[in-house]
Amino acid sequence: MTDHDQLPYGLVDGNALAGPLSDLFAVDLTAASMTCATCRKRQPLAALEVYAGGPALIARCRTCKAVMLRVGRVGSDALLDLRGTVVLRIHTAELT
Amino acid sequence: MGIITPGFRGRRPDPAAHLPPGQYLTHDFPVLSAGPTPMIDLSSWTFTVTTEVGEAQTWSWREFLALPQEAPTVDIHCVTKWSKLGTSWRGVALDVLLGDIETTADYAMVKSYGGYTTNLPLEDLLGGKAWIVHEYDGEPLTPPHGGPARLLVPHLYFWKSAKWVRGIDLMADDQPGFWETFGYHDYGDPWREQRYAGD
Amino acid sequence: MAGTAVRGRLADRVLWRRADLIERRYETANAVTLVLDAAGWPGHLPGQHVDVRLTAEDGYSTQRSYSLAAPHRGEQVELTVQVVPDGEVSPFLARSLAIGDPIEVRGPVGGWFVWEPDADGHVMLIGGGSGVVPLMAMARARQEAGNGSPMRLVYSVRTPQDVFYAAELERRMGHDEGLEVTVAYTRLAPAGSPRPAHRLDMAILAELAWPAESRPVNFVCGPTDFVDAMATALVELGHGEQMIRTERFGPSGA
Repeated sequence: MTDHDQLPYGLVDGNALAGPLSDLFAVDLTAASMTCATCRKRQPLAALEVYAGGPALIARCRTCKAVMLRVGRVGSDALLDLRGTVVLRIHTAELT
Repeated sequence: MGIITPGFRGRRPDPAAHLPPGQYLTHDFPVLSAGPTPMIDLSSWTFTVTTEVGEAQTWSWREFLALPQEAPTVDIHCVTKWSKLGTSWRGVALDVLLGDIETTADYAMVKSYGGYTTNLPLEDLLGGKAWIVHEYDGEPLTPPHGGPARLLVPHLYFWKSAKWVRGIDLMADDQPGFWETFGYHDYGDPWREQRYAGD
Repeated sequence: MAGTAVRGRLADRVLWRRADLIERRYETANAVTLVLDAAGWPGHLPGQHVDVRLTAEDGYSTQRSYSLAAPHRGEQVELTVQVVPDGEVSPFLARSLAIGDPIEVRGPVGGWFVWEPDADGHVMLIGGGSGVVPLMAMARARQEAGNGSPMRLVYSVRTPQDVFYAAELERRMGHDEGLEVTVAYTRLAPAGSPRPAHRLDMAILAELAWPAESRPVNFVCGPTDFVDAMATALVELGHGEQMIRTERFGPSGA
């Protein structure tokens, strides 16, 4: 999945959050619907613009570019900042 | 510890170079960003220093280039563990930009186009320790590396050297910036390995 | 069996699992498929990926993510690794990891960029470079599950030397009922190609993609710029955003 052998590098998307988020959540969140706190656009987590900010992954709204989520490791802790997201809605129905 | 894969070595800190703890030497210049590269037009670029009571001083690009310039060559250390030695820059010392400012503030919040922020003690911007730079390696600083201008404060981890800088707010009290609110160190001395808050 | 992999014991999906190399196959001069035996593998859906962790003797470790190249086949897992020059991990995995040696994998990861092998409906797969890997898992899964859903794969590569799974794609083109494969060369096309080498743009995609009226699910995978361009083109061709699933690998390599 990483075309570039650095972890992860440059601009990717929310699929790249799946691994780091599994440090925090046992449920896969890539299909979760995320509502942007700034522009209220809803998009699947997998579709967010994700920047490899260096220390952490920064996920931004694809429409207005506001930061919606940050996830990364700080020392031996996993950390998640969701302040740019108003609602995270996880599908519990089976994928068809 | 994970299962060892025989023969895997990975990257190693170079013991020959005098590097801060946990760092390894790179000869590239990785580009790491928290957001899209802002495209800033020089005719509208400004740099503003605002004191704790709201007094502001602003320079246009032309005014900024007319200030006394220096050409520091420094080592830089990124919190993601790469270090690059002997990087050359050109720009204006913060001593010049802050020289006439009257303030009792002890802290600074550095602000960038695109919304990035980082905090540090005001003292760490003075005494020949920091510059606003607009050239790297003899060429104008490119946007992916922070152009038109970025802060350069090499004695701290490189996330403090804010790209696309647009101003500095002086503060009486320390306030955390973009990475600091995520758990990164308010000061960030690479020689004491101050990566995370509490280190 | 469909859906079981995503539903499985949650604890199985977060732990690091030992996987031993059992076979290595060269896809191109710079891309290698690794076949691994991962005891206890809970299964996965095509499109998912794994995190790979390598640990050196002194405890230093690093991780990368790789798409699963093959469908669920018991405890066997396949990855196709593109060598990045001067990379920390890919040259090691491609060339140095010895048969019988272990790595660690975590997963399967990702529940959005998946195609269920019992799903109905037209499927469009658009892959750029190494973006073809998860799409290949989907094409293989379709045939192994006996799924007749019409599927088209458009695979954008620079030159014939860069094509992964070349022989297998050739065979599937003639053999898998309902699967159409087009390799779109962007720099150098082989003699006798129906189309000269050209960047895959909207005009070419319009010929190769399913029409919007077929309501296909579209999977686009590859470098970020490629995926953005293809996703935009699909929207302009009338496909709804909710019918377009994307996975971006980052900037193109050199």
